[in-house]
Amino acid sequence: MSDLKEVIRQYVIDEYLEADSDQEITYDTKLISGGIVDSFSMVSLKVFLETKYKIQIPDAKATPEAFDSVNNIAKLLKEFGIE
Amino acid sequence: MSNMGSYEEKVKNFTWQIAERELGYQPGQVINIGYYCSDRICEMGKGDKLALIWESFSGEIKKYTFEQMRVLTNTIAHYLKKLEIQPGERVCLFMDKIPELYFGFLGILKMGAIAQPLFSAFGGESLFTRLEDAGTRAIMTQKKHLGKVRQIIDNLPQLKYVLVVDDDGSKPLREREIAFGMEKESPVEKFDIYPATAETPSVLHYTSGTTGKPKGAQHVHYSLISQYITAKYVLDLREDDIYWCTADPGWVTGTSYGIIGPWSNGITQCVLDAGFTAERWYKFIQDHKITVWYSAPTAIRALMKEGEAPIKKYDLSSLRHLCSVGEPLNAEAVHWSKNVYGLTFHDTYWQTETGCIMISNYPGMKIKPGSMGKPFPGITATVVDLKTHQPINTPGVVGLIAIRPGWPSMFRTYWNNERTYQNKFVNGWYICGDRASIDEEGYFWFVGRDDDVINTGGHLVGPFEVESALLEHEAVAESAVVGKPDPINMEVVKAFIALKPNYEPNDMTKLDIMNFIRKRLSPLAMPQEIEFVETLPKTRSGKIMRRLLRAKEWGEEVGDTSTLENE
Repeated sequence: MSDLKEVIRQYVIDEYLEADSDQEITYDTKLISGGIVDSFSMVSLKVFLETKYKIQIPDAKATPEAFDSVNNIAKLLKEFGIE
Repeated sequence: MSNMGSYEEKVKNFTWQIAERELGYQPGQVINIGYYCSDRICEMGKGDKLALIWESFSGEIKKYTFEQMRVLTNTIAHYLKKLEIQPGERVCLFMDKIPELYFGFLGILKMGAIAQPLFSAFGGESLFTRLEDAGTRAIMTQKKHLGKVRQIIDNLPQLKYVLVVDDDGSKPLREREIAFGMEKESPVEKFDIYPATAETPSVLHYTSGTTGKPKGAQHVHYSLISQYITAKYVLDLREDDIYWCTADPGWVTGTSYGIIGPWSNGITQCVLDAGFTAERWYKFIQDHKITVWYSAPTAIRALMKEGEAPIKKYDLSSLRHLCSVGEPLNAEAVHWSKNVYGLTFHDTYWQTETGCIMISNYPGMKIKPGSMGKPFPGITATVVDLKTHQPINTPGVVGLIAIRPGWPSMFRTYWNNERTYQNKFVNGWYICGDRASIDEEGYFWFVGRDDDVINTGGHLVGPFEVESALLEHEAVAESAVVGKPDPINMEVVKAFIALKPNYEPNDMTKLDIMNFIRKRLSPLAMPQEIEFVETLPKTRSGKIMRRLLRAKEWGEEVGDTSTLENE
């Protein structure tokens, strides 16, 4: 599980923060409500998860709350048997 | 009784002089928006009233009175003047929704420069295009966005100053960069406000078109007249209201009704600098006892998706008036809001170019769910024939929405592009570029855009800009970008892409292209869907037939295909 969370955390750092950003991202950092990943960019994060873990996340489950932290995303992926 | 009272009576008796009188303005006098939004409110004895209640994503709250705002905007204006920024020069605001953005806007206007707000999620290329076109002299930004400015500044010789509003000294600043903390500077109690007159340029808002680069719609200080009175009549703002406009000032709603409209009326407004989640928004309404809420159909539909459960957790009883803008508000959303909030969202229609609300539903007027409403008093609107541009007098017939020019907040030109500006006027009408019909009772009904511009979440995206950026991706041979229907955002960007040889049409390539556009242009412009194709439909002269692809997405008739290359 911690490997999974680390992969997601690192992806967020690499893709959604500016190169010289000093913002810290923890597993609890608010990604959507914190303005790090906006609702449009959330789609690319969803595509990343689907591609990486070979799953399809239904739109109904891809809510801002479900994507609002690395921990929340890990919880969502658990529903698809990804740990 | 609403501020407007009877719509029919107001239509009969309305003149823009009503607003001029209420603001104490007479033609030919000085009219500076910065003054009217801060100093004048203080002179009216409301200096101790709260102007801004700001909350960050982490829950930090800052409050500013009109008097504090007056001094802070003076301080910003003074600092810019000290840098020898000249009246009429463009100063860009490239920030999240922090207090410096709102006060910076008024500070720029107070010293006579033109405020150029840009959406902080723009990538380097989007930023560069707009700064280069405007010949921007200075930019106010945050540490977190400095990287994007640094990427492009070497190619912007006219950009002399980069003001970093939250620099903490942890990293060295570079040439042209200056640390400027508005609350760290000595407060400037008295500032000689620039004596702007009615036609003095005030704001430059960029908007996208079907072809070419984004265009800068230039507004003037006299726009205040329309923005003040529409905020009063349509948003129905009153002395004791707590108002929340969810729009970002990078877009016109965020300045016309997120700064000028409410503050020229002396209203307290709240700003939430956080991303969207239903619970956070409801908590914000509850905590600050918001009474008037101006939002967008995309947000309303996203709230609908979350259902009623989060609503039940919060006390939303302070709300008394709801409005919506950005794209047509569907009837279902109007019914839903009535059911769950006990209040109906009032749809409003206008554009970057119009500067203020043109057609709307008003408090007290019968609402036909799904309709745009009726023209604001003082606005002459109609629909004109698609080809002849003559007004259509038959109810229900679709034409182009057209407005008779002359309202105070009408844009005055497109920056560096007077010819395109002139082309927007035909037969004495300003042609909005949207299709609609009018029913027997005078209500307007939106049909859609009359061009290829994509309206996603209330923001316009030009397909040409996205296609041009896509060609810069190493894997893309050619592309066509269209709007695809979307239940939340009305439309989203979809790209049809033919890859160069040796590139695989797989999910990793898709993701790479999506992220490329997101960073280069903006998240709004990022294709939410990519379809790889062998070839794109073209005319015999080689022009990509975007309309065929769009028709396919919308399930419409493809129309005439006689010029199709492979027919």
